[in-house]
Amino acid sequence: MDRFTWSNGLLEMNETLVIQQRGVKLYDGEDKAKLDVGIALLSTHQLIWRDLKNHECCIAIPLSQIIYFEEQAAGIGKRRLTEELSQKRWESTPMSQPIPTATNSQTGRTRAVGIVGIERKIEERRKETEKNISEAFEDLSKLMVKAKEMVELSRSIANKIKDKQGDITEDETIRFKSYLLSMGIANPVTRETHGSGTHYHLQLAKQLGDILLAPLEERGGMMALTEVYCLVNRARGMELLSPEDLVNACKMFESLKQPLRLRIFDSGVMVVQLQSHMCSVDNVTRFCLNLSIPPLCPFVPLSVRLLLAEKMGHLCRDDSVEGLRFYPNLFNSQA
Amino acid sequence: MSFEWPWQYNFPPFFTLQPNVDTRQKQLAAWCSLALSYCRHHKLYTLGIMEVQECPVFNHKNIDRKLSTEAILIVFEELRKKGNLEWLDKNKTQCLVMWRRPEEWGKLIYQWVSKNGMVNTVFTLYELANGDDTESEEFHGLEEWMLIRSLQALQTDGKAEVITMDDGKGVKFF
Repeated sequence: MDRFTWSNGLLEMNETLVIQQRGVKLYDGEDKAKLDVGIALLSTHQLIWRDLKNHECCIAIPLSQIIYFEEQAAGIGKRRLTEELSQKRWESTPMSQPIPTATNSQTGRTRAVGIVGIERKIEERRKETEKNISEAFEDLSKLMVKAKEMVELSRSIANKIKDKQGDITEDETIRFKSYLLSMGIANPVTRETHGSGTHYHLQLAKQLGDILLAPLEERGGMMALTEVYCLVNRARGMELLSPEDLVNACKMFESLKQPLRLRIFDSGVMVVQLQSHMCSVDNVTRFCLNLSIPPLCPFVPLSVRLLLAEKMGHLCRDDSVEGLRFYPNLFNSQA
Repeated sequence: MSFEWPWQYNFPPFFTLQPNVDTRQKQLAAWCSLALSYCRHHKLYTLGIMEVQECPVFNHKNIDRKLSTEAILIVFEELRKKGNLEWLDKNKTQCLVMWRRPEEWGKLIYQWVSKNGMVNTVFTLYELANGDDTESEEFHGLEEWMLIRSLQALQTDGKAEVITMDDGKGVKFF
């Protein structure tokens, strides 16, 4: 009985009455309580008992504090109570006082009045927001757990495919592999086939070969991979490529005998270039800048930058009747 | 079997002598290797500077690039330093290319001789280099000046002796 608090029996704004029952007697354990016949009201937030004779006498207990209740034949409706307890609606719409927790402090419900009331309401709202945020993140961590399970599942299926090669047709295997890849799972089967790549990457490489020819010509035969990535994805609009897919597809240019190549410089910069490319001076500047040449004053002429890059071994020169050109120093980077 | 060009051959800067020292080192090494393998493939033993400039090795018409005379001479100097080339004249117009050194040739010849149980026989130089018996051997067609040097190398080792005969030179193997 000591969990009950005095109450005025009024419901809060967010609280709704679920059911009420007349002729309810209160017992404290085995003993009869001093409070005799009254009405029991079940709301979304609390269980209220009001004395029939003395309307002022009203006590309530928040539903969150109800841990256990016995089933009786006639009663306030075990079903309703169970419902309310399970729904825990009082949690989503808290009352003006914070719901007591394990400490079970006796907090009576007070009416919000004046400035104190306003302050309290602000405090309420802040706490509610905080709670909502942490609840939202709860969902996210649940999602991550689910995602992990999904990944595990796909991996186990991929392994099963690998083992029972004969049971699944070539087409289906290929399709399944591409689904896995689209989920970001590298297929162990593909890796073992010595980098021959998946069908998906081969197709993609062919596509890229077509798409990139014109832009490469315009840019003097060489484009940084980041540029290629932006260009291709902008053109695609939907079904964007991931960076891994792009790199894997570009690695296949050679085996497909495309006129393009993926080149990786010492600094880690990756470019796609035409086989028979010529590098205009403008493009080289950009690559100079990418190749971590010490920053120069912007008024330093281009030629100096190129010469400096040559000195540092990033570029080599091509001097002919067609003029002086600079190329990435493949003498250094090629085996 | 057709000659396989290295990747540098299609790289325009390959035909410009690089000012950067490290780059140049790599470039020259590649040139030496290319020149020697080309000569080996076509069994070239002597080169004249004039023809060399038009030779496909140094004049790549497809990409419109050729190595300057100055650069060719630098490449040849590198080869000379490594022992693969010898100038025949002071003016540096003709040279001998040794894509295999005399000692290496000598070894090959001696191997053939002993494999066929022909030790202690006498051969004429002609027989050795141009005979029917040696047709399938690598040293078949070896030019005389190179053959003599190879045999002289064997002689130093005590494995052969060069002898002069009525109509030319010959060699006896031990």
